[in-house]
Amino acid sequence: MAATARIDWSAVRADFPILRETVHGKPLVYFDNAATSQKPQVVIDALVDYYTRYNSNVHRGVHHLSQTATNAYEATRLKVQALINAKEPAEIIFTKGTTDAINLVASSWGGQHVGPGDEILISALEHHANLVPWQMLCEAKGAKVVVAPINTRGELEMEKFQLLLNERTKLVAVSWISNALGTVNPVKEIIAAAHARHIPVLLDAAQAAPHSTIDVQALGVDFLVFSAHKMLGPTGIGVLYGKRALLDLMPPYQGGGDMIDRVTFEKTTYNVLPLKFEAGTPNIADGIAFGEAIDYLTRIGLENIEAREQELLAYATRQIKTIPGIRIIGEAADKRSVLSFMAGNLHPYDIGILLDQMGIAIRTGHHCAQPLMDIFEIPGTCRASFAFYNTEAEIDYFIQSLRKVQTMLS
Amino acid sequence: MASIREIQDELIDDFSFLEDWTDKYAFLIDLGKTLEPMPAESKTEENLIRGCQSKVWLTAAMKDGFVHFQADSDAFISKGMVALLVKVYNHQKPEDILHEKLDLLERIGLHEHLSPNRSNGLASMHKQLRNFALVFHSQNQIAG
Repeated sequence: MAATARIDWSAVRADFPILRETVHGKPLVYFDNAATSQKPQVVIDALVDYYTRYNSNVHRGVHHLSQTATNAYEATRLKVQALINAKEPAEIIFTKGTTDAINLVASSWGGQHVGPGDEILISALEHHANLVPWQMLCEAKGAKVVVAPINTRGELEMEKFQLLLNERTKLVAVSWISNALGTVNPVKEIIAAAHARHIPVLLDAAQAAPHSTIDVQALGVDFLVFSAHKMLGPTGIGVLYGKRALLDLMPPYQGGGDMIDRVTFEKTTYNVLPLKFEAGTPNIADGIAFGEAIDYLTRIGLENIEAREQELLAYATRQIKTIPGIRIIGEAADKRSVLSFMAGNLHPYDIGILLDQMGIAIRTGHHCAQPLMDIFEIPGTCRASFAFYNTEAEIDYFIQSLRKVQTMLS
Repeated sequence: MASIREIQDELIDDFSFLEDWTDKYAFLIDLGKTLEPMPAESKTEENLIRGCQSKVWLTAAMKDGFVHFQADSDAFISKGMVALLVKVYNHQKPEDILHEKLDLLERIGLHEHLSPNRSNGLASMHKQLRNFALVFHSQNQIAG
């Protein structure tokens, strides 16, 4: 409480114009932050400013606009480097997002290092984005995806995880925070266990980056991926962090402009990091606006954001437990932002549709984690996910609305 | 038997008395409860409609030149939606199902469920009903 007391959260909330919208005639209550966050005015303005004042292609232009655009775009790379404490900007590769970043590693690094009989170890908590690319790789290579199990609270079973690491394991690829349940995985322990066997680790930080401070050097993680749009930035841009020693040896992912050094019809030599992995005109506008999002998060302070969101999650969890018949899916000791639940035998779809009529946006369904839903033997859940701009009053309205939905469906 | 147009008009009339959204959805849910029970053996993977967040099963058979639909769902609102469509198209001729315009959903304010959002199954349900009609229609033409 003390950590967040200094921040005027209602002033912060006012920075997000969309939160003044109404839905079906009711004030919007946006609890779908794990799917994508809302954007503060400064991020929206950065997009307009770019297209209004200095839209231009980056990296090769000698004219003023191109220089300005390049400087602004590359400034974001430095901001990302600082945000996650990477050793150098060349270790920051811009991608379309988390999914694209994982596919890049699966295709480039996986193509080089994974062969018949090899294993990729993931967890049962993974989003399809950190499952399907590995399945595709393994299918092509005759390798195998191995899944570390979770307990009934939705926590990774670390003893079993340790036992699954072996000489065939080529990579550990796990989420830092589960998008479906909110479980925080013990990433330090995971990295230590994998590194003890000289196995590299990829962390899917899509749900962690918006809520936590990240220090890739302290973690020692080999690859770390996340998306701008879940952390106040625009869609269509994300990050692959990789250790230079790994990235340097990886072949390019896609061919085209920007990623080349010298091209002849006979042979092409490739550009150095990070451009080796950034073929074609990049997502300049969104990259620049992403920089604004990082500045905004940093100004508030990720530790303050995390503390505020923990207050909201704790409050919502307490309140929802007062409703009879509610079953919380995912009760890990360490959780962030996500409240996944079932209301008796009611279908999440029915709940989602009726809450929407009351202006409340939650997510219903399998949350791109179908195997995880199979473990809990449910078709899906209702998921409310909170951000620092949400309020206790919104949670109260949500709880009251949920009671009304239960009555309507009973 | 009332025509597809007449049934739609009757439903539009029913819905016009429901001003509050809660009444509208309550009506839809109740409509779902009026569906003829679907035999358990019909609730197969094959009869599932793709593109719905909940499970919606639909089968169709020809009886004396008219299409007979059966449907069910594991969610109340989806069941109400499919019941609405079945009410409009049940016991009609395949060619009438294919040719008669469906404007009911716009008129009663459920058209937002026709968006291509993957969680909204109403469009998929409608398409599947029409597919059945199309199959029966072409079978008729071959036989005729």
